[in-house]
Amino acid sequence: MNTNGSRPTLQVSHLQTSFMTKVGEVKAVNDVSFSVHPGQVLGLVGESGSGKTVTGFSIMGLLDHPGRIIGGEIQFRGENLVGATKKRWQQLRGSQIAMVFQDPMMTLNPVLRIDTQMIEAIRAHEFVSRKEARQRARDALGQVGIPSPDERLKAYPHQFSGGMRQRVSIAIALLNKPDLIIADEPTTALDVTIQAQILHEAQKLCQETGTALIWITHDLSVIAGLADDVAVMYAGRIVEYGEVDNVLDHPLHPYTHGLIGSVPSRNRRGSPLHQIPGMTPSLLNLPQGCAFRTRCPQASDICATVPDVSEPRGSGRLIRCHTPMLLTESITELSGMFAT
Amino acid sequence: MTDAHLNEEAPIVELRDISKRFVKRLDLAGKLARKLGVDIEEEVVHAVDNVSLSIFDGEVVGLVGESGCGKSTLGRIVAGVYQPSNGQVYVRGNLIKDMSSTAARDAALNIQMIFQDPMSSLNPRLRVIDIVGEAPVVHGVVHRRDVEEHVSQTMLRVGLDPDFIRRYPHQFSGGQRQRIGIARALAVNPEFLVCDESVAALDVSIQAQVLNLFMKLRKELNLTYLFISHDLGVVEHLSDRVVIMYLGRVVEVATTEALFTSPKHPYTQALLAEVPRVDSRRRRFKPVQGEIPSPLDPPTGCHFHPRCPHAIETCAREQPELREIVGGRLVACHLAEPTSAD
Repeated sequence: MNTNGSRPTLQVSHLQTSFMTKVGEVKAVNDVSFSVHPGQVLGLVGESGSGKTVTGFSIMGLLDHPGRIIGGEIQFRGENLVGATKKRWQQLRGSQIAMVFQDPMMTLNPVLRIDTQMIEAIRAHEFVSRKEARQRARDALGQVGIPSPDERLKAYPHQFSGGMRQRVSIAIALLNKPDLIIADEPTTALDVTIQAQILHEAQKLCQETGTALIWITHDLSVIAGLADDVAVMYAGRIVEYGEVDNVLDHPLHPYTHGLIGSVPSRNRRGSPLHQIPGMTPSLLNLPQGCAFRTRCPQASDICATVPDVSEPRGSGRLIRCHTPMLLTESITELSGMFAT
Repeated sequence: MTDAHLNEEAPIVELRDISKRFVKRLDLAGKLARKLGVDIEEEVVHAVDNVSLSIFDGEVVGLVGESGCGKSTLGRIVAGVYQPSNGQVYVRGNLIKDMSSTAARDAALNIQMIFQDPMSSLNPRLRVIDIVGEAPVVHGVVHRRDVEEHVSQTMLRVGLDPDFIRRYPHQFSGGQRQRIGIARALAVNPEFLVCDESVAALDVSIQAQVLNLFMKLRKELNLTYLFISHDLGVVEHLSDRVVIMYLGRVVEVATTEALFTSPKHPYTQALLAEVPRVDSRRRRFKPVQGEIPSPLDPPTGCHFHPRCPHAIETCAREQPELREIVGGRLVACHLAEPTSAD
């Protein structure tokens, strides 16, 4: 993986987050480890309920009761954030770590003007004059490609279109030049042309400022275009992790393989898509051993025990599988496996 | 639409110069103000603006556009949910308006619709047997005493276990609920399905299952589809022919092959360039600038001209006609030159 020889901005190791509900413990995030370096984009991919958003919330310290982190470490620039005080979180959030949500109205207050909200976000972390803060807010809006930022500062959130609102919330995330931005499905609700504009801004940002970016999405094709590394989550665990080219061209985990086969793409027009049989298991009663076992075409008896993380052939990739796909074979050769 | 089709049988559905306007009526204060001489107009949205389209037997037509382009409205006009403000709808060559009420009812029964969100389109208080079985009984497709058998057969066809026939929608997962929606549409033996973003709400692996089901049903029952989606990947996979809409107007019609290999309209080109694909890595996103204009106040001339990289002065003045440049390829652009087939 691309380490640049630098210290990672964020290093998550063996993170475990559970929700203690009345019916039992829901292990939403289970033994998750990854790292992001400055200027790097990590794609966190998974279907609904795979724990990708809870991972993001754990890093941001945004978990609500009954959820809590029950194990592991979150090292942010050498500081362990698990068990950090409320005060420390307030210092970090919005200044060094920022989050962009799927729905920009989760970030924006509908009854305050954009400038009020942006100036507040700056002055909460720094002693600067109102005038200077306003200037920085203006620059941030310009940076994300909002035309005539001076006038737009005076607008209310409802006066923006969906794509513009998402840009404003990205601009707010940028205000204090964070080292890490966590973006949770920020383009899922947007149209294709608007999505491309947002992806363009995100890409530019990482290259220009060296901000590390975690992009959470269910859309593999967005990850393919944007990310350097990708982590595929299934039922609370990372099942495959590595460089984007390696993972998408030669998936080793049967789940990743099935997921890529499910995406309609040009070369297989009209032919049946490879489908993964069955559906995502409930996190309350996961099958014993590998959670993907019941849907996996490669499963054998050994899969009843939880597979360890392994590193195939020292290529810097991690997978969690007893019976991985073979490295040498490409997708097309194996494509018959999932056909029904 | 194309010469090749002229001599064959009439298309299953034909739209001629269809327009649909939604008018926001003035409230009391507005009416009073207008009485007093204030210059207030009723707000009119041209959701669909002068669209003609023919769909032939056994064809899958993909209808693509971004939010607010009128694709759902057009789908609902085809399905008979909305009446067009202008223009005519023909079913098998017969004008709907001129049909007797029974014939019109049969024509409508033949065209069924599948919606985006299965949770909000299924009655949560009805069991599957009632959701799927109600329409065929009412329309006399099956007798009431045979309805259980009929519903079981339909459930098998869409890949649902007939043991679940007495369950409620909330007892199913998202993908299964979408299958109930499909079963309901199929229960009256239609020839034509209008699918409005029918897989948009599903996870990738479930979406693949439902898309495969659509393709299987097409083969088994010789169905015709109008497949409405914003997802070009899905449309490309499924469709024979693709219609691209922008702000209420059709800008390009072509076979899937031709459209995806050489898009002619600048908007189609922009759309295709911006579709993220699994096989394109760390690409430079070079997006088309600007927002989709409000349909309340669309730009003059060609609706796309403010965002178009090739726009010339004519584009702002004159609305380009949808014209045929090669056999079966229609483009609404002043700059599209008629070319030989490529």
